[in-house]
Amino acid sequence: MSAVGTPVTRVDGPAKVTGAARYSAEISLPGMTYLAVVGATVASGRVTAIEADAARAAEGVLAVLTPEELPKIAAEPHLLPSLVGGPAPGESFFPMQDDVVQYAGQPVALVIAEEYEQAHHAASLVRISYQPTKSITTIEEGREQAYEAQRLFGGLMPARSERGDVEAGLAGADVRVEVAYKMAANHHNPIEAPSTVATWDGGNLTLYESTQGIRATQQTVAQLLGLPIARVRVITRFVGGGFGGKAMVWPNVTLTAMAARYVGRPVKLMLTRPQMFTSNGHREEQEQRIAIGAARDGRLTAIRHEKLSITSPFDDWAEPATGVSSQLYGCENFLGVHRLIKGNTMTPTFTRGPGESLGVFTLETAMDELAYQLAIDPVELRVRNHTPVDPFGNPWSSDGLVECLRLGAERFGWSERNPAPRTTRDGEWLVGTGVAAAAYPIAFFMPPQRARARIFADGSAIVQTSTQEFGTGVLTMATQVGADALGVALREMEFQAGDSDLPNSTAAVGSAGAGMVSSAVHAAGTALREQLIALAVSDEQSPLHGAGPGSVKVADGHLTSAERPGAVDTYRELLSRNHLSDAEALGMWRPPPLDTPHGLLTFGAQFAEVAVDPELGLVRVRRLNGAFAPGRVLNPLLAHSQLMGGMLWGMSQALLEGNHMDPRYGRWAETNLAEYLVPVNADAPEVRVDFVDVDDELVGPLGAKGVGEIGQVGAAAAIANAVFHATGRRIRSLPMAPELVMDPAVGGR
Amino acid sequence: MRPLTYSRAADVQDAIALATANPASAFLAGGTTEVDLIRAGISRSEHLVDINELPLRGVEDLPDGGLHIGALARMSDVARTPRVVERYPAISRALLLGASEQLRNMASMGGNLRQRTRCAYLRDGVSPCNKREPGSGCAALDGFNRGHAILGTSEHCIATHPSDVAVALVAFDAVIRTVGPEGERAIPFDDFFLLPGDTPQLEHPIAPGELIVGIDVPGAPIARGSVYLKFRDRQSYEFALVSVAAAIEVDDNVVAGVRIAMGGIGTKPWRARRAETALVGSPPNETSFRHAAAVELAEAVVREHNAFKVELAQRAMVRGLVHSLNGRQS
Ligand SMILES: Cc1cc2nc3c(=O)[nH]c(=O)nc-3n(C[C@H](O)[C@H](O)[C@H](O)COP(=O)(O)OP(=O)(O)OC[C@H]3O[C@@H](n4cnc5c(N)ncnc54)[C@H](O)[C@@H]3O)c2cc1C
Ligand code: SF4
Repeated sequence: MSAVGTPVTRVDGPAKVTGAARYSAEISLPGMTYLAVVGATVASGRVTAIEADAARAAEGVLAVLTPEELPKIAAEPHLLPSLVGGPAPGESFFPMQDDVVQYAGQPVALVIAEEYEQAHHAASLVRISYQPTKSITTIEEGREQAYEAQRLFGGLMPARSERGDVEAGLAGADVRVEVAYKMAANHHNPIEAPSTVATWDGGNLTLYESTQGIRATQQTVAQLLGLPIARVRVITRFVGGGFGGKAMVWPNVTLTAMAARYVGRPVKLMLTRPQMFTSNGHREEQEQRIAIGAARDGRLTAIRHEKLSITSPFDDWAEPATGVSSQLYGCENFLGVHRLIKGNTMTPTFTRGPGESLGVFTLETAMDELAYQLAIDPVELRVRNHTPVDPFGNPWSSDGLVECLRLGAERFGWSERNPAPRTTRDGEWLVGTGVAAAAYPIAFFMPPQRARARIFADGSAIVQTSTQEFGTGVLTMATQVGADALGVALREMEFQAGDSDLPNSTAAVGSAGAGMVSSAVHAAGTALREQLIALAVSDEQSPLHGAGPGSVKVADGHLTSAERPGAVDTYRELLSRNHLSDAEALGMWRPPPLDTPHGLLTFGAQFAEVAVDPELGLVRVRRLNGAFAPGRVLNPLLAHSQLMGGMLWGMSQALLEGNHMDPRYGRWAETNLAEYLVPVNADAPEVRVDFVDVDDELVGPLGAKGVGEIGQVGAAAAIANAVFHATGRRIRSLPMAPELVMDPAVGGR
Repeated sequence: MRPLTYSRAADVQDAIALATANPASAFLAGGTTEVDLIRAGISRSEHLVDINELPLRGVEDLPDGGLHIGALARMSDVARTPRVVERYPAISRALLLGASEQLRNMASMGGNLRQRTRCAYLRDGVSPCNKREPGSGCAALDGFNRGHAILGTSEHCIATHPSDVAVALVAFDAVIRTVGPEGERAIPFDDFFLLPGDTPQLEHPIAPGELIVGIDVPGAPIARGSVYLKFRDRQSYEFALVSVAAAIEVDDNVVAGVRIAMGGIGTKPWRARRAETALVGSPPNETSFRHAAAVELAEAVVREHNAFKVELAQRAMVRGLVHSLNGRQS
């Protein structure tokens, strides 16, 4: 029986529930010391003096490091997404190399002490004087100096995409919709704060790190410290959530290693919650505008989609937002542009549903307006604009959009809807429903992925690769895939990860984790199975001797062949007969080339029902339904959780999440979980997830397209469209806070 | 965290003596405010006097049909005390809508009244803030002030008082009982919270070492039909954008008695006395409610991000009165 596709519960569940699972901050080493980072309180300028005598004299303090004491790094960091597989600094900047302050929160001094509390107390005693200069930290402040970006993602992607003649397409359209949105900055806020333990053994560095990419961490730290990569080992057993904030490698990791070298003892860094708002990137404050032209029958003639956002002084970073709008619907004329403002923040970074989730929000709320203008059902409008090929004419590696829209509509009860806005009342509440299409690109930027499989004489087996568990369930999924590939029972298979000494796999980002890891694990298990089958058919004592290797099947450790009815060999007997204590094989999966002649999107459809109290501006999401076509579903329980989590995050993005910069100081206004709002259980509605089966032979041997991002995409748009349906009003900024949603005062102030 | 010393008080007099002996001391009840503020470097206390062993946890009957609530009674316990639920449903609701169950299990009633504003500029430790550094200015005036107050403000501070239960208590004329170095005192609830004026650093009229021992809530039949409504972005674990405690009594189709207090909009738990005065004798309908609300909010002073609260507060007040009138619990 196949384990893949079955709802196996999490293999690491008991360890997490009992506390046996060790997260990076829980690693204790003999002689451990603690690091506290002192962050700049101004957003731009110079440090003119650091008075550290009181801190140095405080109890338990081992060292206070200022730019004077801190060694220089060996190489300048250059931002590159961790998916590429090389060093992946989150920003092209390393702090404390001189006296310059580029953003508030930037590390300016380090305190190392015997105890955590001692380090933080001493850090509060460090007095820093600044010569501040004028900063720019909001779009409003920097609008004048906005420029069009040429390339994004460390040069990986063009920032402009264009085809046809968008102005002519708009001018010739029967109807046009043109809308603009303001979107507040988002912070990842996983429950586990970023934490690092660094320990040196001679010239060898070991890091216990809360990261989504242990190989990226290994290579980045090696490069910054000028160490051979082989001398840096990164261990990450469990990560308490990342959402993109741990996808890149931020300066604090290397600073911890430097501190450990300085004091000659292991050092532990645990960022505080407020520091998490200035240490690991964020989703940038942005504005998006879109213009859509369509013919009377609803067919799109042109889309112009622009994003304006704020980046750091040193990187042209914007999450790409126009990739889906350029491909999702058939449309001859398209223009996508990213404009940037250099500001005094750290470099923004991937945040769940990177870029495209807000891009799709803009597209799909505009599509809803178009549907109203044309009086075409919103589901029907999307179906009408569906295209079987991408803009280059390449067929989708697998499709499913129309099926998702249809299935979602049926399960949601869409046909019972009265399309007229502000028509359904339930006591103090107005009720509305909305739909949005969802799509997320698949990108094959990563290098070949490898895993190793090993089986022992007693029939137990291990598969290993250097990924890490950050809550997605990869340990469980890979155990299932490994068991099937090798042909052993699930209970015999163990999956090991979390150590950079294991075979290479790339950072789990951009929804690529499941695809990459499952492909590598599948390759390793298959390679080992083939090796053992070859051994059996050439083993004179095997009942299968002489059978064609292709005819041999393995299940539960038993080998059989159609050519030898009734004959059975087992892995255990095979190994012991041959005096082998174990056998192992390395497997490799090579992703398709970047120019593969296929359209690459994962599709879905989102439906929402909301209740709005129009007097008080309250929005309650009553139901969220999603239908998705993520290719092969490796484990329906895990996939359901991932998609549901994404949908709830979409709700958060629509209604709650947003940070605000105080431009006077260049500091974020909300820096804790009481003020930076994410949904709580009381906010969570009934969530339904349905799957549409699609076969995809391109994306990997198992055909899994990934469920990490697609759940979030479109959810916010469906909710916003439902809010319009309920109230008859469009809210033009995110989050849609009560003051925006409440009906304006009549006559009064 | 700064090094601290700690002692545990055996009885009320011991607590006062311990606290008076060290001027930089603070009482420690549930610690959900105090420990937070010490960590953030906002509280300057160096010595903690743990009062959790004092016998101040009970809820007892008063002769007039009211209740005495011990200062160390936990929010969760008070919220579920049947006599509170029956006689003052608004108090129970206000408690249950505050913080989270975990916090409510720790947090005491006395500590709740002395919790400090959530103003982020106070808590960040660096921005100008007259509460933290008198004379340094108020960053909130022209800053991000969505959560800030529109009533009772001054040019020196516009911080909102964040407590929910204090809003319900002020509606019912509660009295705070203290014991201090100078002896016992009974402080009317409304006087316990000082307006910021030009001394926003002074929040309560109590002396160093003065201990809250309990809260007296006078008997008030009107309170049996009281409601507490709390409006905010998310549905739990958030302070109020606007909240309202309301109770209304109608006799012969006119308002005979009414209690209204508001949270989220005032620098102190805001008793809406002007609205109450305007309502008594009026017909109990939305028009008079709306008029009364407008009277109360007439003197609101708004800033860039909190202007919406003027309208929101009026609608909330109307909603509270309607619910109380219709006998709805929430
Ligand atoms: C994340 C979070 C969310 C919250 N949300 C809400 C909310 O929605 N609504 C709400 O109303 N509250 C909310 N609170 C505040 C919470 O209710 C208070 O922190 C709590 O009531 C304080 O009680 P405590 O016993 O923990 O006080 P402590 O922290 O022990 O003390 C608080 C202060 O009062 C002093 N003190 C304590 N007891 C006495 C006494 N008997 N006499 C004199 N002084 C005393 C202390 O010295 C200290 O200065 C929230 C708190 C947090 C941390
Ligand atoms: S509103 Fe009050 S607490 Fe906030 S910054 Fe101003 S003075 Fe400080």
